[in-house]
Amino acid sequence: MEYFVQQLINGLTLGSIYGLIAIGYTMVYGIIGMINFAHGDIFMIGSFIALTTFLILTTIFGFVFLPVVLLIVLIIAMLFTSAWGWTVERLAYRPLRGSFRLAPLITAIGMSIVLQNFVQVSQGARVKPLPPQIQGGVTIMEGVTENGPIVVQLSYMQMIIIVTTLLLMVGFTLLISRTPLGRAQRACEQDRKMASLLGVNVDRTISLTFVMGAALASVAGLMFLLLYGVIDFYIGFLAGVKAFTAAVLGGIGSLPGAMLGGLAIGLIEVFWSGYFTVEYKDVAAFSILAIVLIFLPSGLLGKPEVEKV
Amino acid sequence: MAATQANGGAAANNNMFVDSLKDSATAAFLVAVLGFFFLPLKTDIASGGLAITYRWPIWIAAILIVFGGRLLLNLFVFKAQTPATRIIGDKLAGSSAKVPGLGRFLTFALLGFALVLPFFFTTFFPGQQRQYIDLAILIMTYIMLGWGLNIVVGLAGLLDLGYVAFYAVGAYSFALLAEYFDLGFWMALPLAGILAAFWGIILGFPVLRLRGDYLAIVTLAFGEIIRVVLLNWYEFTNGPDGISGIPKPTLFGLEFKRGEGGFADFFGLEYSTIHRFIFLYYIILILALITNFVTMRLRKLPVGRAWEALREDEIACRSLGINTTNTKLTAFAIGAMFGGFAGSFFATRQGFISPESFTFLESAIILAIVVLGGLGSQIGVVIASVVMIGGIEMLRNIGFLSQIFGPGFDPVQYRMLIFGLAMVGIMVWKPRGLITTRVPSAVLKERKKIGADMVAQGEGH
Amino acid sequence: MNVALKNQPAASEERWEADPILTVEHLTMRFGGLVAIDDLSFNVGRGDITALIGPNGAGKTTVFNCVTGFYKPTEGRIVMRHGPGRQQEAVDAVTATGKRWDIGDDRSVFLLERMPDFEIAKKARVARTFQNIRLFGGMTVLENLLVAQHNPLMIASGMTVGGVLGLPSYRKAEQGAIDKAVYWLEHTHLIDRADDAAGDLPYGAQRRLEIARAMCTGPHLLCLDEPAAGLNPRESTELNELLQFIRKTGTSVLLIEHDMGVVMEISDHIVVLDYGVKISDGAADFVKSDPRVIAAYLGVDDEEEIDVPEIKADVEEVTEEKSKRKPAKAKAKPKAAAKPAAKSAAAKPAAAKSAPARKASAKKAPAKKAAPAKPAGEIKVKDADKHPGAQPAGTKKPGEGGADNLTRISGIGPANEKKLNALGIWHFSQIAAWKKAEIEWVGSYLSFSGRIEREEWIKQAKALASGKQTEFSRRVDGGKVPSSRSSSRRTSGKGGKA
Repeated sequence: MEYFVQQLINGLTLGSIYGLIAIGYTMVYGIIGMINFAHGDIFMIGSFIALTTFLILTTIFGFVFLPVVLLIVLIIAMLFTSAWGWTVERLAYRPLRGSFRLAPLITAIGMSIVLQNFVQVSQGARVKPLPPQIQGGVTIMEGVTENGPIVVQLSYMQMIIIVTTLLLMVGFTLLISRTPLGRAQRACEQDRKMASLLGVNVDRTISLTFVMGAALASVAGLMFLLLYGVIDFYIGFLAGVKAFTAAVLGGIGSLPGAMLGGLAIGLIEVFWSGYFTVEYKDVAAFSILAIVLIFLPSGLLGKPEVEKV
Repeated sequence: MAATQANGGAAANNNMFVDSLKDSATAAFLVAVLGFFFLPLKTDIASGGLAITYRWPIWIAAILIVFGGRLLLNLFVFKAQTPATRIIGDKLAGSSAKVPGLGRFLTFALLGFALVLPFFFTTFFPGQQRQYIDLAILIMTYIMLGWGLNIVVGLAGLLDLGYVAFYAVGAYSFALLAEYFDLGFWMALPLAGILAAFWGIILGFPVLRLRGDYLAIVTLAFGEIIRVVLLNWYEFTNGPDGISGIPKPTLFGLEFKRGEGGFADFFGLEYSTIHRFIFLYYIILILALITNFVTMRLRKLPVGRAWEALREDEIACRSLGINTTNTKLTAFAIGAMFGGFAGSFFATRQGFISPESFTFLESAIILAIVVLGGLGSQIGVVIASVVMIGGIEMLRNIGFLSQIFGPGFDPVQYRMLIFGLAMVGIMVWKPRGLITTRVPSAVLKERKKIGADMVAQGEGH
Repeated sequence: MNVALKNQPAASEERWEADPILTVEHLTMRFGGLVAIDDLSFNVGRGDITALIGPNGAGKTTVFNCVTGFYKPTEGRIVMRHGPGRQQEAVDAVTATGKRWDIGDDRSVFLLERMPDFEIAKKARVARTFQNIRLFGGMTVLENLLVAQHNPLMIASGMTVGGVLGLPSYRKAEQGAIDKAVYWLEHTHLIDRADDAAGDLPYGAQRRLEIARAMCTGPHLLCLDEPAAGLNPRESTELNELLQFIRKTGTSVLLIEHDMGVVMEISDHIVVLDYGVKISDGAADFVKSDPRVIAAYLGVDDEEEIDVPEIKADVEEVTEEKSKRKPAKAKAKPKAAAKPAAKSAAAKPAAAKSAPARKASAKKAPAKKAAPAKPAGEIKVKDADKHPGAQPAGTKKPGEGGADNLTRISGIGPANEKKLNALGIWHFSQIAAWKKAEIEWVGSYLSFSGRIEREEWIKQAKALASGKQTEFSRRVDGGKVPSSRSSSRRTSGKGGKA
């Protein structure tokens, strides 16, 4: 039981990170119907920016009060990563708007390769370790199993991740449902041409979608950095694929779906590692994706598609 | 009158110049922002954690290069009244229009060159023959993979992001058959193809009713699953250590070895390692040509027409009594089979395989070749392979770059970066790929090519 | 059984009863809570051209999709027969066993609701076209027709193996397929475009190509979903000839069509749907005189009942407007053309006169003759007792402040408003007071029983009478729906707000 609760907490933490990345996928897919393959790498870029900013603040400027440092890191990472997101859209996707479907997919894969290799070349291929910054936590349960005593702990880091994710989630849901930008986004999702005829600046709306997705991905990048303490240029691929899996699982185009899917993937992965084998956790996540898509093609919260004849 | 016109022209030019400057400055600023955390600042592992090293010159150089490059592009292409690219394009178009059979001629010229290629290199580049023939083998492997994937993506319009899985199945089938059953290359080759096709059917059966992007992501997932299984099933596949000692192919029992009973001995030639490379080259050439021949034949058969019809409109296909599931499965299986053949060849050529070789990146490269070449176009795959694989590999040989950038400069590490940039650039320049026309599979009176804007790209459109 | 169907000639006389190629029995299709088709049954006669007509949203295309297997019906049986007769024993036997079909030497039975779409085309030989053309746009016209012959060619190619090896038997089969394609290209006047991309063809040619492609599958039944949509008159005529030709080759035709010119001219048998329910079924002459059809589908036959002069003038205006808007519908009002000219020449829509002067059924249902009577006191319709229920009370003049705009009720158009006014119904409050008997009577009087309940007139009227808005009334007030007040002289009444 204690073990289960601990895995549950770990799963929710990991799931929150996937969920944040998944929102970027789901928003972009919703609005222009393409898989933004480079999004996972935007997440990676975000975590690198966070790392460098953190180092500058602590080693050069000598900031020591951690909450302030993290807040500044968060803001800077969001700003600069957004710029990356905007640029990727502007260079690789906007020129292909209205072109056939495979072209932006190929440029997206190309962009993913570019980003990975750019970081590899400029920052080196070796992993970047960061010692744990936030330590400690609260003990929720204690118990004894046949392998000895077990303590269920909710670390402060996990709390921060889950709470931040919840706040961002609420904020974004409000943004999409209440603001003119959200309305413009939803209009573009329904019918881009009509939206532009009605005076919605479609290009700007799409750009902002990428910017928001990138900002969320950078938050996820920062959390990933703090949680695991190790990043390299390749973390974007697997996280990206899993986050996309999460978006599809939740029903692509749906924000709560993305979050739910992220949590589901995180839980599946953690429980699989915890109870079966660590090696096959990715297989488990991908198998779940295949199974869900085959039996529930519109995901958990997506709208079912009716075949128009 | 003329004076005012000239003035107007000058003013327009002036405006254009100012616009170009502004635009270039914006681009340079963007590079400064984007590059800030990556170019001038580098995190390195030092004693006591990470440390930052500074490289301001690189940052400034990048900003200046982008500013200058963008300015030139602006002046001569984007904002110019007659863009340089259009002039070049017109010239190219004009020359190809003048020669009506150019495409056909090009095909035969390429085929002829491919047939004599090893002798061309042994004659004219004896010093680097091995290297060039090796590169030719690599390119030919990608051509074959591209042609195989072209059946799935180009003809049937099914987006497959996990094609490398079948490549891996082929390679591992041969390696394991050789290891456990002591089968030679020629015995294992058909089996590897059949096994790959079988896997194609197994994987395809549940997923082929998915549409477009969902299909893409599930095939990607399957590709990863197969890789992870190969990586972790240590007892069977030797895990990350891979399988080595995979037998080399023989020519009707003749091995390419030194001494008695070898190929050189049998034909009375002086032994040379190059013989084996030439032999490998011809094997992959023949395999690729078989792939091409079968694909071209299939296009003119009902099953091939059904694939293309499926790409155009699946619902209409069903209304005509075509079993779309079976049709998709045949495309998937036949594509997988050729991938399996190529995989076996890869295993025998390398003599060693490990899951490292079968990452998503390989799938992406193969798909990029197919799309960049122009979906469904066989010759397009050839051109794209030569340009993308050949061009990138050539980077290894460019010595003068290190003379410019200093001895520490290794162009090879920029290989994939340039590859990615080329992918983006070519797609933005020609979204439909290099060869965009479709040749009809049946003709009543006159063969007319079909423009790309007519041809659908499958799934969901 | 519907009232109208009682007038139908004895069933045994009709070919579609005695020798149906397709029978649809108790077909019901629900999408979630929406009932698109409700217990629909009809037959398609062998060798007939059968038309399925009905207003937009009546469920015609849904029926098609059920017949061709693109939708799985919620309930019901759809039987396709090769070979003559009803083959009732075979049908019952297959139904009982749970098999999909029973294929014999000279007669076969298929239960389409159990078959996947491609098998319906392949085995049961039902071919179809689509409302929004679905061609293989990037393939040539000839290739399109070869794809249609996929199944026989597949066998000829030895499931591809023989084809790859280049066996002569396959080449012969392919030549045969090309010959068949050429045959249909000639009959659809597309032979000159054989090597062009299908997507390059003009619209009308694409429609013909779709039919040619369907015919290349060698169908026993051809289902056409609005084949005349978007065609010009000349193309329409050509289409008629093509369909007649197809019928001569022995293929039965089932078509959905809006163009009444096409339908009335070529159909042997017409089935009329409204709201997923069959409201009429019979030969063209029978259907076009069926009051239910006229009320539900052709809109309204406005003028004949109305004798109050000022109302008549209004009707004239409305119908003229209507005929400008929807010439096809106006043209399709055979009744108007058939009426004695003396009666209301002035009120006749201009377009109606140009309608083909078909020998009109003139079999007017007695109900329609209802003329508003006595100038004074309560208005009493002459044939009031021919309708079930009770005639609602009416006043000769509207109350203080003028009449309400009844068109603000969803379901009451300008013409129906006139009819209601003729009954002395001027106000929402009057409609709101109707009880079951009145509803039944008015429904029958206006020849669309059940619609008042379905469209919830009473509920709407109650809301409007109390000064509230409904969603529909807002649209009317916003000018988004044509209403009697947009062109009327009597603009004083601002509906329920007055």
